[in-house]
Amino acid sequence: MKNTMKQLKVVINSTAELNKKNFEIVVVGTSLGGLDALSVLLADLPPSFPLPVVIVQHRHKHSQNRLSDFLQQQSSLQITEVEDKEPIAPGRVYLAPADYHLLIESPRQWYKSVPENYFTESPRANVEPVYNSKFPLLCRGSFTFALSTEAPVCYARPSIDVLFESAADAFGEKVIGIILTGANSDGSEGLGKIKAEGGLTFVQEPDSAQCGIMPTAAIANVEVDWILPLSQIAPCLVNLLTIKV
Amino acid sequence: MPHAPCPIPNSQLKMPESHELETIEIQLFLEGIFRYYGFDFRNYALASLKRRIWKTIQSERLTTVSGLQEKILHNPAYLERFLLGVSVNVTTMFRDPSFYISFRNKVVPLLRTYPFIRIWHAGCSTGEEVYSMAILLQEEGLYDRCRIYATDMNEVVLKQAKTGIFSLKKMQEYTQLYHQAGGKKAFSEYYTAAYDNALFRSSIKDNIVFAHHNLATDNSFNEFNVILCRNVMIYFNSYLQERVHKLFHESLGMFGVLGLGHQESLHFTPYEKHYETIESSDKLYRRVK
Repeated sequence: MKNTMKQLKVVINSTAELNKKNFEIVVVGTSLGGLDALSVLLADLPPSFPLPVVIVQHRHKHSQNRLSDFLQQQSSLQITEVEDKEPIAPGRVYLAPADYHLLIESPRQWYKSVPENYFTESPRANVEPVYNSKFPLLCRGSFTFALSTEAPVCYARPSIDVLFESAADAFGEKVIGIILTGANSDGSEGLGKIKAEGGLTFVQEPDSAQCGIMPTAAIANVEVDWILPLSQIAPCLVNLLTIKV
Repeated sequence: MPHAPCPIPNSQLKMPESHELETIEIQLFLEGIFRYYGFDFRNYALASLKRRIWKTIQSERLTTVSGLQEKILHNPAYLERFLLGVSVNVTTMFRDPSFYISFRNKVVPLLRTYPFIRIWHAGCSTGEEVYSMAILLQEEGLYDRCRIYATDMNEVVLKQAKTGIFSLKKMQEYTQLYHQAGGKKAFSEYYTAAYDNALFRSSIKDNIVFAHHNLATDNSFNEFNVILCRNVMIYFNSYLQERVHKLFHESLGMFGVLGLGHQESLHFTPYEKHYETIESSDKLYRRVK
């Protein structure tokens, strides 16, 4: 316990340094035991939490929306199951839908490749942007989610590796990756990619996890920045993102 | 069900020196394929396209995007394998059973009022969902009045779809999904088992026309009462999605029905106001403008 407190202090002390990175997104991966772990994590995030939080929880392919309904009761942030091309908004929690891989599309990656006259062969339909209270205004330049039904990766769809790798690809060093309890090694490759891009990595302390296999695999594969008990992950994130230099 | 093997971790692939170089290579690669062969992947959603390009590079035992480009441009056999690898042909019969229940309850009554029903199934892949719809329509007594145009950009999967033959091993799962989808008979009535295969009856195949059509480059070819395009546009970026929605809007008759995939939505397209929702959770819409 002493050690982790010490570690927490180090986290806070290094906040000033990390703050300069201006993190833009938090990605979380978990499988077995994830429901309880996510409840704890989300309950500790305040309504003012400044970043989008994107979660992959392994689950059965026919499972319904009950997961988001359940988690919503624990959290003051709005939780939604992602729909294709949904813009990513700060302060929201996004859940990967059952039976789809979840990826992030960067607006930078494609706009240059589209010739200007690509859609002007025939006159455009008479349409105006629609403001819909349920979703943020659709903006061409924003990061969006993309879904895929490609084959499962390491038996999992959604796969944590797929989300983490595409997050690292789209946001570079501005990603915070978190691996929680779980029973397979999905996520360690992706966490490695986040680390390699210069992002920040958290793993739940394996001993305190309901199932330590996933955290252990991540720790074995990646030089993880912070290994913390579950209860300290959210407070640490909040400190990190709200203490201004 | 057999699981796909774990791919080799990305760390073992030779990744390009920088994002910038990778982006340039991919743009040149897609441009080359479009200009030489006419297949336009330039406006596919890049995040997942990139994954599939790297998977192809890996399975061809190559190391760079440029290397793959060289092979594909000079050898059409590589193109055929690339097309198979890059389009995602993972589907099941009666995928999302609740979609079929909503279709039965809310769309079939509308279709009963038409003397003849034209359905376009865009991006039909290996045909599982087309045959599912044909079975549903037959059970509702509408199939004789229907013509289903099932299209895909990939000739290889179309050929497979046309045969109406699926692996017998899958039938157990499909039977379950068929009943969850409101199926009214014994599912085995629809196919004949031969060796390891299930061959679907010709009465199911009769009113389906399989044809080549590329949503990224081709235009409308008829006016339809129903258009189904499920889990196809998730592979397109917003620009290409807008093109396809325009195409669908032009191809649907007034009050025609549009069916999308479970996590797809009109919310993020400019065509939201042109449709009313028939069933929001199963993504069934009706053109009203």
